[in-house]
Amino acid sequence: MIDFATLIEILDSTVRLGTPLLFACLAGLFSERAGIFDIGLEGKMLAAAFLAGAVAAVTGSAWLGTLAGIGGSLIFAAIHGFASITFRGNQLISGVALNFLASGMTILLGQYWFGLGGRTPALIAGGRFEAITLPFADALAPIPVIGRLYSDLLSGHSALVYIGFACVPASAFLLYRTRFGLRLRAVGENPAAVDTAGISVTGIRYAAVAICGVLCGLAGAYLALGLAAGFGKEMTAGRGFIALAALIFAKWRPWYALGATMLFGFLEAVGNRFPKIEIGFISVPSQFMQALPYILTVVILAGFVGKATPPRAGGEPYVKER
Amino acid sequence: MSLMKHLAAATGAIALTAGMAAADPALIFDLGGKFDKSFNEAAYEGAQRWAKETGGSYKELEMQSEAQREQFVRRMAETGANPIVVLSFSNIETLNTVAPDFPDTKFVLIDGIVDQPNVRSIIFAEHEGSYLVGMLAALASKTNTVGFIGGMDIPLIRKFGCGYAEGVKAVKPDATVIANMTGNTGAAWNDPVKGGELAKSQISQGADVIFAAAGGTGLGVLQAAADGGILSIGVDSNQNYLHPGKVLTSMLKRVDNAVYDAFKAGDKVEPGVINMDLASKGVDYAFDDNNKDLITPEMKATVDAAAAKIASGEIKVHDYNSDNSCPFVSF
Repeated sequence: MIDFATLIEILDSTVRLGTPLLFACLAGLFSERAGIFDIGLEGKMLAAAFLAGAVAAVTGSAWLGTLAGIGGSLIFAAIHGFASITFRGNQLISGVALNFLASGMTILLGQYWFGLGGRTPALIAGGRFEAITLPFADALAPIPVIGRLYSDLLSGHSALVYIGFACVPASAFLLYRTRFGLRLRAVGENPAAVDTAGISVTGIRYAAVAICGVLCGLAGAYLALGLAAGFGKEMTAGRGFIALAALIFAKWRPWYALGATMLFGFLEAVGNRFPKIEIGFISVPSQFMQALPYILTVVILAGFVGKATPPRAGGEPYVKER
Repeated sequence: MSLMKHLAAATGAIALTAGMAAADPALIFDLGGKFDKSFNEAAYEGAQRWAKETGGSYKELEMQSEAQREQFVRRMAETGANPIVVLSFSNIETLNTVAPDFPDTKFVLIDGIVDQPNVRSIIFAEHEGSYLVGMLAALASKTNTVGFIGGMDIPLIRKFGCGYAEGVKAVKPDATVIANMTGNTGAAWNDPVKGGELAKSQISQGADVIFAAAGGTGLGVLQAAADGGILSIGVDSNQNYLHPGKVLTSMLKRVDNAVYDAFKAGDKVEPGVINMDLASKGVDYAFDDNNKDLITPEMKATVDAAAAKIASGEIKVHDYNSDNSCPFVSF
């Protein structure tokens, strides 16, 4: 039905579209595994994208922009931590509030600083992440199948994509093979037991929320500096929520998260490449293709993945018994 | 009870003073935002031009969500502003509800028709302007494949796409037009990432000129086109300067003139429908220092000849809204 070159093209697009989702999904994973629901992924990504775009535009350095994005996202994560860990507030409400705050603040500050209606100035080379050509990509390109796979699909992405993929095994290792990971997961399941063992529940939860902040910062920076050339208002366009859906789909596991986010990226890429699909006499309209990721979410959540059980202590502030 | 009376009297007094103050014109921006480098910004330019020339002042509001439409227009009318210019077809319902409640206030709606005695409706012949840039796209294309990327999938955007495709086919009947829409919700106007991805997908299919009619999303399209070494076409405002030498042209929609005229007429704005077409210079293509090397004199002559024929009625460009179908491209 489709030729190899098209397939490579779609997979290439899948990687680009899936990477911000992957970062955000892993971010949510750390937070929720520690028992802090985070509906504010969208807001953190937006704040990070804005600060990344603004700082990269001023300094002309993509890496400084990324650092600023991470910083902005960490501030939001800290607010979420204060509200839901220290003050034991409702985590969903805090998250929603942060989304609103990000949506308004980015435009307000952007207009105040740059006077471009909330947009940051378009970035020129240096301020954006350039595509990295992996070694031998050009030399290997003529080899059929494998050459194309290597030179077009694996090579030619920006640095953050490779960092994103590296985050998956790193997260899996951190969660399942280290003492910190064990404690983090335990805090999300049974914080009282962790507390009894003499470990600070608050400390672990703050660490988890901070990791979430860093990863959301990378997601936002990739949107503004890797995919687009600067920040535009509301540019996250709901990706934080898609990442949450992917997180449930992935049953709060790092490797599954990779699969889930890439599947969402793939569906979007297919929708972009084939706005309309003709199968025999039937023509599938473009609206259906665009809705496919959402339809799939509902179908999958309705039964295909089996039971997706969230961390048991998720959403509940920990109160030490007195 | 007497407190209520006092309150009522006080509100009445405020309403009176508001009504007596010199009526400033007002402009209400739509969801794309005032500085979208496109549709809303064109309106802003028109208002600024009026303010500079007359030294007058005007009021403005910027909508942030769908839910605010009626509230904003009503609030603006209550301040005594006259006339009130409202942007976007999305406000047809709004004005049908609000306008009858303020019979002494004049409203101007851009991009939609409202049949009320105090509303001037301004529509643009986007299909005619798009036809011209379509011709330019076909003339500039070497691969015989050109692209169109729309914002939200609505009849107005299909009107752009259809006129564009007709223009392309008028020059090269065998050319391929790839059409994509960004989405079905308002978010489709502000998703430069998806715009860029769609542009990359069209480039991989061989497109070497892409027309973006997608608001803020279009900025991502123009960026991806410039990165990918192909040409793009901007929309509404002149966007040639965004990537000098890489934007072939822009389909101009003189929203600025419409706003300027309305402000100038003040509260004596005549109601009725005004059609801003090619003949009245309501739509056009942009030609300036940034793209003069991209458009050869022959190309310009061809397109200008077609423009004259459209203005005189010799060429009739198909309007998507007339029958909700497009014979030249499928969306």
